[in-house]
Amino acid sequence: MEFLQTNLPYFLAGISTGGQYALIAIGYTMVYGILRLINFAHGDVFMAAGLIMIYSYTIMPLWISIPFTIILTVLLGFSIERVAYKPLRTAPRMSIMISAIGMSYLLQNFALYITGGLTKFFPSIPWISDSITIFGAVTKRVTVITPFLTIFLVISLVYLIKHTKIGMAMRAVSKDFETSELMGIKVDTVISSTFIIGSFLAAVGSLLFFSNYSGVTPTVGAMPGLKAFVAAVFGGIGSIPGAVIGAFLIGICENIIKGLGWTTFSDAFTFVLLIAVLMFMPTGIFGEKQTDKV
Amino acid sequence: MNTAINSKKHKDYIIGFGLLILLLGTITVLEQILPRTSMIFTVLKKGAIYALVAVSMNLLNGFTGLFSLGQAGFMLLGAYTYAIFTIPVAARPQVYQYFDGGIIQFTIPVAAALILSGLVAAFFAYLIGLPVLHLKSDYLAIATLGFAEILRAIFQWDKIGVITNGSNLLKKYPVFKSCLFYFAVAIICITLIVLLINSTYGRAFKAIRDDEVAAEAMGINLAKHKQLSFVISSFFAGISGALLAIFQTTIQAKQFTSAMTYEILLIVVIGGIGSITGSCISSFLFIACSEWLLRFLDDAKLNFSSVQIFRPGFRKVVFAIVIMAIVLFYQKGIMGDKEFSFSRFTQSVKKLFPGFKKAKVIKSKSEGAAE
Repeated sequence: MEFLQTNLPYFLAGISTGGQYALIAIGYTMVYGILRLINFAHGDVFMAAGLIMIYSYTIMPLWISIPFTIILTVLLGFSIERVAYKPLRTAPRMSIMISAIGMSYLLQNFALYITGGLTKFFPSIPWISDSITIFGAVTKRVTVITPFLTIFLVISLVYLIKHTKIGMAMRAVSKDFETSELMGIKVDTVISSTFIIGSFLAAVGSLLFFSNYSGVTPTVGAMPGLKAFVAAVFGGIGSIPGAVIGAFLIGICENIIKGLGWTTFSDAFTFVLLIAVLMFMPTGIFGEKQTDKV
Repeated sequence: MNTAINSKKHKDYIIGFGLLILLLGTITVLEQILPRTSMIFTVLKKGAIYALVAVSMNLLNGFTGLFSLGQAGFMLLGAYTYAIFTIPVAARPQVYQYFDGGIIQFTIPVAAALILSGLVAAFFAYLIGLPVLHLKSDYLAIATLGFAEILRAIFQWDKIGVITNGSNLLKKYPVFKSCLFYFAVAIICITLIVLLINSTYGRAFKAIRDDEVAAEAMGINLAKHKQLSFVISSFFAGISGALLAIFQTTIQAKQFTSAMTYEILLIVVIGGIGSITGSCISSFLFIACSEWLLRFLDDAKLNFSSVQIFRPGFRKVVFAIVIMAIVLFYQKGIMGDKEFSFSRFTQSVKKLFPGFKKAKVIKSKSEGAAE
């Protein structure tokens, strides 16, 4: 019981961080599944959502600023795809990746310009930022909400992909880009909707994440972004349940490592996991067999 | 025909060498007449360092076709090796104040430390290369990026603080104020890389880049050559890390983030993937623009209206937009995969202005010197 009492806060924090990573990881895994592109700018979209929330909260009431943030983030993700990736659709894969890195550089510098290099603090949203006690462990309510919200969103997303027309189109495009184009699927629309879904989830993830860790700096998105990508690789890139499981695992392990007093290595752990996965299980847990990865 | 090409190449080398001497001469004169604090020296020093690391990355990304993003990690290794082995014994208790002066109680000469910093980076590259080099394109990129992050975490670990000073600064190691030192090291290293690229190994690297299967069929040992390219590239990245340590006078593991690798990658892309001279030109341009030339954009005096568009950070936004434009619309970069050649340069100038040839030759000469 005592063991549980001391470790429960870390475990709870882990589940909550894991849920937030999961919401980002879905954006990575869906984009990779369709475009075969590591969207390096996705972490910065997550950061941008945090900043939009901070600035919009200062001028409008909460119940407008949350939807406003989500809509603006979705627009941002949509326009990034249109501006930076669409013109390069026929270019080699490396060019698109460089474009993604350039976009990430642009977003970070823009955020630096807007914030003036100062750490901005996320507003505490009433109710979800309140402290509560579970089994003697004090935590914020957002910690408890996150996993349920994440699972709810993932189930709706899986439903969308399995049972709607656009979902079917997404599956088709990720299976075979060219054939699906020949079958009359509007590939551009499908790709755009992927980015819209990814950015929407990143915006929700950002609201939850920054309610826990309130400091927003221009580079704050890079690390959660990379970790979410690792989660996506771990779960088998292209697979949504895989990405979610991977994200929860990474979130929990990372916080337990922090709890053991190895904070320096909490980030490094993720990459060790990544390399181990790439070495021994390159298709991840739920990934399809593919020959072009290794 | 063949001899004609050779003599042309020969002429290019001689002109290039002449330009280099001219450049070094100009720097020496500038150092005599301008104050030491002038921004131009910062640009020149940092430019030389980034030119070296960009060329080393180009060797890997542009010539061998291995998309690696681990450069910051190898620079970190180089910088730390140099600093650890050259801090004077007398200064150690002060630098390692939390670790009882550290356990390394000797120093080695600067030249040896520079080479050692390269060797340490190369050794780690060898170890890292064993598992990751059989991965392809973006997986290789993310795995090398991961290794760089792991290295950064390890170097900040308290338990090995007796060697690395934990997350504290390393300082008091010997530094050089003159630009010539940075240029000398960078020029020697880049020359070595050029020689390598023009050798049999270099041809094998290019063959691997163009078509792995065909290269293997031609009898090129893929694993061996990829490993070689990775190790050599990291060697020079390590040396450039040591130069960076010398330039900054203090070094800390925290600064070698993936953002640093991205900057180097963008330099390579702007210069042209697969062009050594392109990487050199673009690294000076990149550093000059980000540190110096665009600084006027940060000046609040430029604002006409009440909206404060011009304020600190604006230059970076403009700069990033320019980079995005290059990446999207001008994918070849400045040089494409060609090298800067004096004869081609004069030819293209002649083509641009077909009328008065004589005058243009003289003008192009002065332009060439400016580059």
